[in-house]
Amino acid sequence: MLGLEKKDFTLLLIVTVMVIFAPFVLNPFPEGTAMAQMFNAGYPDLMQRFAIFGILVIGFNILFGLTGYLSFGHAAFLGAGSYAAVWMFKLLGYDIIPAILLSIAVSGLFSLAVGYVSLRRSGIYFSILTLALAQMMFNMAYSVLGNPSSSYNLTNGETGLQVYNSDPQVLLSATDPNFPHLFGLSMRSETHLLVGNWDFTLNAGYYLSGLFLLLAFYISIRIFRSPFGLMLRAVKSNQQRLNYTGLNTRPYTLMAFVISGMYAGLAGGLLACMDPLAGAERMHWTASGEIVIMSILGGIGTLIGPILGAGFNEYFKNILSKINDSILHEWLSFLPDGFEDIMVTLIHPFVGKGWHLTLGLLFMMVIIFLPGGLVEGGQRIGKLFRRKKADTPSDETPVE
Amino acid sequence: MSKSILTRRNVLQTGAAAGAGLALPTILTAGSHSGYTNAPTGSTVTLGFNVPQTGAYADEGADELRAYMLAVEHLNGEGDGGMLSTFSSKTLEGNGILGKKVEYVTGDTQTKSDAARASAKSMIEKDGAVMITGGSSSGVAIAVQGLCQEAGVIFMAGLTHSNDTTGKDKKANGFRHFFNGYMSAAALAPVLQARYGSDRNAYHLTADYTWGWTQEESIAAATEAMGWNTVNKVRTPLKATDFSSYIAPVLNSGADILVLNHYGGNMVNSLTNAVQFGLRDKVVNNKNFEIIVPLYSRLMAKGAGANVKGIFGSTNWHWSLQDEGSKAFVKSFGTKYGFPPSQAAHTVYCQTLLYADACNRAGTFNPCGVGEALEGFEFDGLGNGKTLYRADDHQCFKDVLVVKGKENPTSEFDLLEIVEVTPMEQVKYAPDHPMFAGGDLGACNPGA
Repeated sequence: MLGLEKKDFTLLLIVTVMVIFAPFVLNPFPEGTAMAQMFNAGYPDLMQRFAIFGILVIGFNILFGLTGYLSFGHAAFLGAGSYAAVWMFKLLGYDIIPAILLSIAVSGLFSLAVGYVSLRRSGIYFSILTLALAQMMFNMAYSVLGNPSSSYNLTNGETGLQVYNSDPQVLLSATDPNFPHLFGLSMRSETHLLVGNWDFTLNAGYYLSGLFLLLAFYISIRIFRSPFGLMLRAVKSNQQRLNYTGLNTRPYTLMAFVISGMYAGLAGGLLACMDPLAGAERMHWTASGEIVIMSILGGIGTLIGPILGAGFNEYFKNILSKINDSILHEWLSFLPDGFEDIMVTLIHPFVGKGWHLTLGLLFMMVIIFLPGGLVEGGQRIGKLFRRKKADTPSDETPVE
Repeated sequence: MSKSILTRRNVLQTGAAAGAGLALPTILTAGSHSGYTNAPTGSTVTLGFNVPQTGAYADEGADELRAYMLAVEHLNGEGDGGMLSTFSSKTLEGNGILGKKVEYVTGDTQTKSDAARASAKSMIEKDGAVMITGGSSSGVAIAVQGLCQEAGVIFMAGLTHSNDTTGKDKKANGFRHFFNGYMSAAALAPVLQARYGSDRNAYHLTADYTWGWTQEESIAAATEAMGWNTVNKVRTPLKATDFSSYIAPVLNSGADILVLNHYGGNMVNSLTNAVQFGLRDKVVNNKNFEIIVPLYSRLMAKGAGANVKGIFGSTNWHWSLQDEGSKAFVKSFGTKYGFPPSQAAHTVYCQTLLYADACNRAGTFNPCGVGEALEGFEFDGLGNGKTLYRADDHQCFKDVLVVKGKENPTSEFDLLEIVEVTPMEQVKYAPDHPMFAGGDLGACNPGA
């Protein structure tokens, strides 16, 4: 169906169901409980991030997963997309369609330029080139093009580009919401579904991002299964051999690079639609590193991996950084007094401001025990159940 | 595709479950329940404390968090009450805000605009915070202030010293107790003129973001007005930790004054580098080379150690002040944590009390009501003497302290001495002053 094989279609169906029911699944604990305060993730901002970073990493995976080219500067395209979108808000008004279109186009152009230069080299040299170019873009955005007192203030520097009341916004009509919207439907508008003690938030911005995620996922499946995808895999397995057969691989890799750059632009544009401010920080090389980490966490070269990796990373980042000592005391209050204090002291370095540490440890554990990422974890669990039925090793094509 | 087996039992179970789900009182509310975002419904009210726990301003963030927790204790009637008893408004009785117990959530801004907004968003959307406060770094404060305006909650700015926070980027839902770059310059300039004369060549090293830019602009304007010459203005990245490559050119520039528009960890490192390069022992143009740090804090002085001796700067508040409010605050903070509070701690403590008091006076948590109660509010007893929350730009006006690194500190906390208390009139400016022009408060936004 939809030009997909049955297995891929099932996968698409699973992701669709995940997207639709995420607001419910991610809010397992009833309102007002301590568990809800910490572990519930079903609030708009985080769900939007799941979807948007899902798109970003799916795109990254088309480049890294298929061709093996490790770009260390993808966050720059995300940032370029965000800036483009916010400029559209500033100049035209809060309609998101021109914003998203421009952000994809701008990132496409940037990735074409960066890809054209960087793809002349492969391996570590390619990574370093993308890193350098992206870091240059970051510094331009952060400092050179961002000084309000100069006449070429494109990015507003550290403060981040935002929309002011004094901006032209030529298409803005009086009835439009004063927030990014799609035909008048504000990205902030939401419906609360109160069921018993549970409060589920259905947010317009999230469902829009979800829709784009599905679209991005579908296109990614089609690319994976196409002759073009096969060519990209061939590049990954042995580029030299391809070259010896008289085939010029660079158009293919450049195409993959631009596609993944456009994915990043879409993600950046959506990010700006959900929160109309673009900060230079999202272009920093650490942000690019995070994209690499997300895709490795999920499983490189797999279809569903990127979504899992992005979700995993965003979830723990948000949850861990918000646990503070008083919450720890609340949790451990069942322990005897002295012991409680010791436990809090022991856990303290790993939560709150120490969230980097925990995330790092989790990352290490995944890499050491599940080199194939979370997808491999899922496969192993699946195998545990399957083995009981019948041993059919012939069926062991990697789940993609 | 998995094959599901339909049995009568399964069908009945599913049917019953679906029926129960439909029968449940499902209420669809489009945020219409109370007229403003996150209206507290139970017996508690949640405040969001959004401070840097990592990055260049982490020390300040940690101290802010301590003060927030102290303020919450006092508001809930625990501890010794701190400045509740000295505050000129008497609506706070230790029974929370409007009778609701105060609870709080914390977040890490990482001293980054993006991260700070994400953290504030999750506090508003997930934890139901009705007010967001915090932020060291003006870039962060401005970004979060913009978010709060869109989301319809009050933002009580913490440590933010940029002119833009209540100038170009001011917002109807945002309020600032802390002073700003213009005030620092206005207070410092006369003192500098008296000490260093009016024929000086100044070299600026400036943190490259909104706070650095506006403070540099303010200081340069104020010192040029009294005859100083600005030799050069060099921007340094906020992330920089080693400033030696920026200090070296100062030596050959002909400057005899170095102005460090740096704060927190930046200032500690740049001042240390400057001293290591022997700048303070140099004689240029027959004058002793001097260093100025326009915005000072005790935490920075502690970080920079002996290097701060004799260096001038300004500060919003210092723990050695002897008025009743300051004494009460220093006592309760010192009792709880074992050391005196910093100016960052003081300003956020005040902001929390001011917010609580405004809610009580307004009789609501609605941002528009609270905003109205804060606008034009005059108060006393919070350590800065008589203070005014100006309605035009939501900026507090109060005396500014000019301080100097102490030559002979008596303890590890006694690092700064107050040289002069500059009266409010001298640092006041018109709301449409060119350095603050271009902004628009807009209308208050109660959100949903």
